[in-house]
Amino acid sequence: MFGRRDPDARGYFGAYGGRFVPETLVAPIEELEAGYFAARADQAFRDELDRLLRHYAGRPTPLYEARRLAECVGRVRIFLKREDLAHTGAHKINNALGQALLAKRMGKRRVVAETGAGQHGVATATACALLGLECLVYMGAEDMRRQALNVVRMQLLGAEVRRVDSGSCTLKDAINEAMRDWVTNVTDTYYLLGSALGPHPYPLMVREFQAVIGREARAQILEQSGRLPDVVVACVGGGSNAIGIFDGFMDDAGVRLVGVEAGGERIAPGRHAARFAGGTTGVLHGTRTYVLQDAAGNIELTHSISAGLDYAAIGPEHAWLRDLGRTEYAHVSDAEALEGFQTLARLEGILPALESAHAIAHLPQLVRDLPAGAQILVNLSGRGDKDVQTVMEALR
Amino acid sequence: MNEVRTQGRLAETFARLRQQPSATGLVTYITAGDPDLERTEGILLALDRAGADVIEVGVPFSDPLADGPVIQRATERALASGTTLPGVLDLVGRLRAELRPPIVIFSYVNPILRLGPEQFADRCRGAGVDGVLVLDLPIEEAGDFRTLLASRGIDTILLLSPTTTDDRLRRAAALGSGFLYAISRLGVTGARETLADGAEEMVRRIRTVSALPIALGFGISKPEHVREVGKWADAAVVGSALVSVIAEAGASSDLNARVEEYVRWLKS
Repeated sequence: MFGRRDPDARGYFGAYGGRFVPETLVAPIEELEAGYFAARADQAFRDELDRLLRHYAGRPTPLYEARRLAECVGRVRIFLKREDLAHTGAHKINNALGQALLAKRMGKRRVVAETGAGQHGVATATACALLGLECLVYMGAEDMRRQALNVVRMQLLGAEVRRVDSGSCTLKDAINEAMRDWVTNVTDTYYLLGSALGPHPYPLMVREFQAVIGREARAQILEQSGRLPDVVVACVGGGSNAIGIFDGFMDDAGVRLVGVEAGGERIAPGRHAARFAGGTTGVLHGTRTYVLQDAAGNIELTHSISAGLDYAAIGPEHAWLRDLGRTEYAHVSDAEALEGFQTLARLEGILPALESAHAIAHLPQLVRDLPAGAQILVNLSGRGDKDVQTVMEALR
Repeated sequence: MNEVRTQGRLAETFARLRQQPSATGLVTYITAGDPDLERTEGILLALDRAGADVIEVGVPFSDPLADGPVIQRATERALASGTTLPGVLDLVGRLRAELRPPIVIFSYVNPILRLGPEQFADRCRGAGVDGVLVLDLPIEEAGDFRTLLASRGIDTILLLSPTTTDDRLRRAAALGSGFLYAISRLGVTGARETLADGAEEMVRRIRTVSALPIALGFGISKPEHVREVGKWADAAVVGSALVSVIAEAGASSDLNARVEEYVRWLKS
């Protein structure tokens, strides 16, 4: 048994986490924490979320054995957890539905969110449309350019997308703007954060809403193969799809849990987003964790071909699990991710999100150390339609 | 209710202000390194000449999520000019003997963690810093840090907001020193045309739990704001409006004169 993994009362996972926010946000975050703990203890709330996940979002998502991919990679069995088949095309809907239900339960009528790749923004806009909530999504100018399709999707769903032109014009800056909005409109606004980061209770809450991935995958792989996987692999931006699938196997000591970060062009300041390769501990967006920062404590610019992994900090629970030796992390480059994208498309007829393509791209390296017949479970966190233009440009 | 410290420049400054009931204290905020540290030196001396009672020296940080556009832009200019926390502390140290007002370092937490809290506290003492305010370090996280500062005779300035509960007000009153910084409205920093409606009520709530001096900030930009705040608080804080004056003067040779003139006008 690995034991319980809830953060302590102050929101710490070991030395990571906490609640580093301006004073104005302390009371609203305490209200959120109380609201969330009440909701998760409420059977009616859980039933309503389960109903939506099943009949609206399409859960359980399939577990699919990718035989042609396995043949190509060699001597192993590979199972894909098909979060790309969930409504809106990524795992983000699990969290967005959970938090939007919570917002409604807390009497908030206005929801703000940040988005990088646009998947969380689309999921949030979707959940808000479904529940009749006003929705405003902050998105960096650079991300709006490279994920133009998702901008239109959000608008069609009735959300307002507000362009962020500060800093690096990516996810980090969108979170800054969303927090500025929240601090200004705390009384009627719910901040629907999209990953397992930010101040407590977000890392815990997002993990719990994403844990459905790991619960389903564990039962499915046992049913299909008769045993647990040897390795579980997931890409890690903020870390919500990874923590969601890892959660199901946390107590299975024999199962290796591997997160794949964005290696970008190369591991040099500003050219990647691999926090465990180039980062040190610091505080960003309300949580203490591994952060890419310069010698003066300013957050470094990041780069990844995948907008959803292009972020300078990693969820605090990942930092803790890594310290404990329970999880391990690797990184793959933009070029490798592109190759993973094409491989999966050609061999399995699946266009993965560029984020998820990082997990696929890590497989060749991973299998080198594995015995023949080993089983690998990959979280295919999202689908790649949104990335077609980026991939086209990169391959040109 | 805790005992109000009687030692140090902040305590002396507010004691003096309380002896002159007609005077409103003026706390001035600037972003250090905007447009560069060399010109910050001239600005600090101008603030002193103009009669600023307390000077808050803002440390630029890449992700100022509690700040509005004016201070965000100032921060970008300061970072572009290569300003770092150690550089800011060195400047304060060099000027300390020439400056009369107490100096408060105003920062986000990450630059301080990067330097190391203990190292930071030592360098603050070495530079003659009087108080430290960390925007994103609420009282739950501030305990050890406050001890580090207090053992070096440096005040920890805590922020209070309209959303702060009475229970937290009491805890802040017990932990804070120097003065309490009351945020007059929800939102980020930025100059406004009028004072927030709940500002007076906010100050009265704090008065019931603390004898510490209270400075009220967020949105103050005119002499009439300062005079109005003076009716109930010990001091008014002017930040974004002053930073705008600096931004407009920019590279012009009368930068210091314009800063001095603006602060004199605020005190008029």
